[in-house]
Amino acid sequence: MVAVARDRAASDHLSRTEGLDSAAECRIRGEERSLYVYLIRRLFATLPVMAVVGLVVFSLLYLTPGDPAALIAGDLATAADIAKIRQKLGLDEPFLLRFGKWSWGLMHGDLGVSIFSNLPVSRLIGQRLEPTLALATTTILFAVTIAVPMGIIAAWKAGTWIDRAVMAFAVFGFSFPVFVLAYVLISAFSIQLEWLPVEGYTRLRDGFGPFLANLALPSVTLGSVYMALMARITRTSMLEVLSDDYIRTAYAKGLTPDRVLIGHALKNAGVPIITVIGVGLALLIGGVVITESVFGIPGIGRLTVDAILSRDYPVIQGVILVFSGVYVFVNLLVDLSYALIDPRIRY
Amino acid sequence: MTGVTPAVAVVPETRVRLGELRAFVRRNPTVVVGSALLLAIVLMATAAPWIAPGDPQSLSPAMRLRPPSKEFWFGTDMYGRDVFTRTIHGSRISLLVGSLVAIVSVSCGLVIGLVTGSVRAVDSVVMRVMDGLMAIPDILLAIAMMAVVRASVNNVLIAITIPQIPRVVRLVRSVVMTISERPYIEAAHSSGTPFRRILTRHLLPNTIAPLVVQATYTGAAAVLTEAGLSFLGAGTPPNIPSWGNMMAEGRSFFQIAIWIILFPGMFLAMTVLAVNLLGDGLRDTLDPRLRRCL
Repeated sequence: MVAVARDRAASDHLSRTEGLDSAAECRIRGEERSLYVYLIRRLFATLPVMAVVGLVVFSLLYLTPGDPAALIAGDLATAADIAKIRQKLGLDEPFLLRFGKWSWGLMHGDLGVSIFSNLPVSRLIGQRLEPTLALATTTILFAVTIAVPMGIIAAWKAGTWIDRAVMAFAVFGFSFPVFVLAYVLISAFSIQLEWLPVEGYTRLRDGFGPFLANLALPSVTLGSVYMALMARITRTSMLEVLSDDYIRTAYAKGLTPDRVLIGHALKNAGVPIITVIGVGLALLIGGVVITESVFGIPGIGRLTVDAILSRDYPVIQGVILVFSGVYVFVNLLVDLSYALIDPRIRY
Repeated sequence: MTGVTPAVAVVPETRVRLGELRAFVRRNPTVVVGSALLLAIVLMATAAPWIAPGDPQSLSPAMRLRPPSKEFWFGTDMYGRDVFTRTIHGSRISLLVGSLVAIVSVSCGLVIGLVTGSVRAVDSVVMRVMDGLMAIPDILLAIAMMAVVRASVNNVLIAITIPQIPRVVRLVRSVVMTISERPYIEAAHSSGTPFRRILTRHLLPNTIAPLVVQATYTGAAAVLTEAGLSFLGAGTPPNIPSWGNMMAEGRSFFQIAIWIILFPGMFLAMTVLAVNLLGDGLRDTLDPRLRRCL
């Protein structure tokens, strides 16, 4: 995938600079312009994706067999209850009209109203945003600071026991279900050793120490899959780069391993690593729901779990839109960062 | 050659075969370990009624929350059900879900991918839809689907399969597009080979290797997703002893009876590990460029 992107970018670049007077001047101006063009083009590419997400999430209610209103109302509901829920979900109006109204509301920030609490979904999500953001940030920081060096060292010492150990860790981390790891860690660190609290969440303003203590285990749990993936991709990408000739030249020149690895190899291996940070976010989002449920963190994941149990579809819809939006946005940033790191990728 | 007796001809062949097998094991340890482990789990699941003869649903409240002992190898849960029996029977659900999801998603993805890779007109529309589907995290899409239907194994299967299809479509499409550029396809086309023939003799065989690898990863993801869904209460109905259900039920008791969560969890981890190892090993074997540099 990276090779294809690089080839395509290289051939684009060549065709752009052909037939210009001053190569240097036109290259500089051309690059600046192409960065903006790339940015705009990339931004516009996200619109159809979000449109499809919205359509999918909206139509699920209509595409399923049976009557969703009856299902949501439950087994003990009367006909009046079911009718009320049908009206709340908008199922009595024609599809296109409803979709139009819903999309219009969406563009104004209206994510719908929860069936069971009658509160606007955007308010519910806003209330739970901070814990989830805190968890996600600590997890990503933790995962990146541990996984990337691990991958670099594994690639550097390829074929030795260090390499095999890191790869074994990566496969295990990828296979261990999040909730199993969560309980293992809780029973080890919270119950046996009593170093960390079992569950709950402390706000940042209530103290940095307790804040970290509450987030430590969830971050490790959530980050394990992410770390495994990242360590593997880092290693693969670094291996590809380390076999290139200029690395051999760098060593021959007398550069120390850390200069070679970080200064030269890592920069060139950077594209797939940053890609996986974006793509792995989907794994993170999936895991956040379970992790918050196990550790009792009152974030968006917990909101989703409660919505599942009560079949509160508007809330689930809203959460999916928010999470998908975040995922698309982060991947947009990742794509834009390619253009900054590797000037050849600007199509 | 006519002077050689059959007995002498047979023995060197067997020795050569064993030597080949040993070399294969040494060169591809991950495939061997992964497939051996998976085979053991499949055998265990198939032989469940003989290994664990009890009824996984039978309650006996007098025996509730007993720790592992000689009588109850994995202990009992909050209703007095034998955790060992339930764990072994639960493997059937997980393996069923994993394999069915892998097969169905790969088949659907193959068909869709072949079509979009070959027919330019549908390509952009279908790929936009696939990108949109991939933007929603798998488990959230599955949750949304399960929220509007009745809980059943069939619905869980559909809910887990659909998010996996876009990945397969992307894979097949990229293979088709890469192969279509090759000179021999152009040659075949210009010498009048019908498209059907190009499809079956050239495109399809090239998709098999990446698809097999993708199928294993999809299977592993499916097993994990099913367990996650059941854990959250959006998966298989609670009367079915799936590992996720067992862990969901054991949550409230995990401080006093950790075996209710521990054993299904360990088995789940082992199953997913086996499938992932198998997938890794197959990928390394089938694609020489990705083999570890030694």
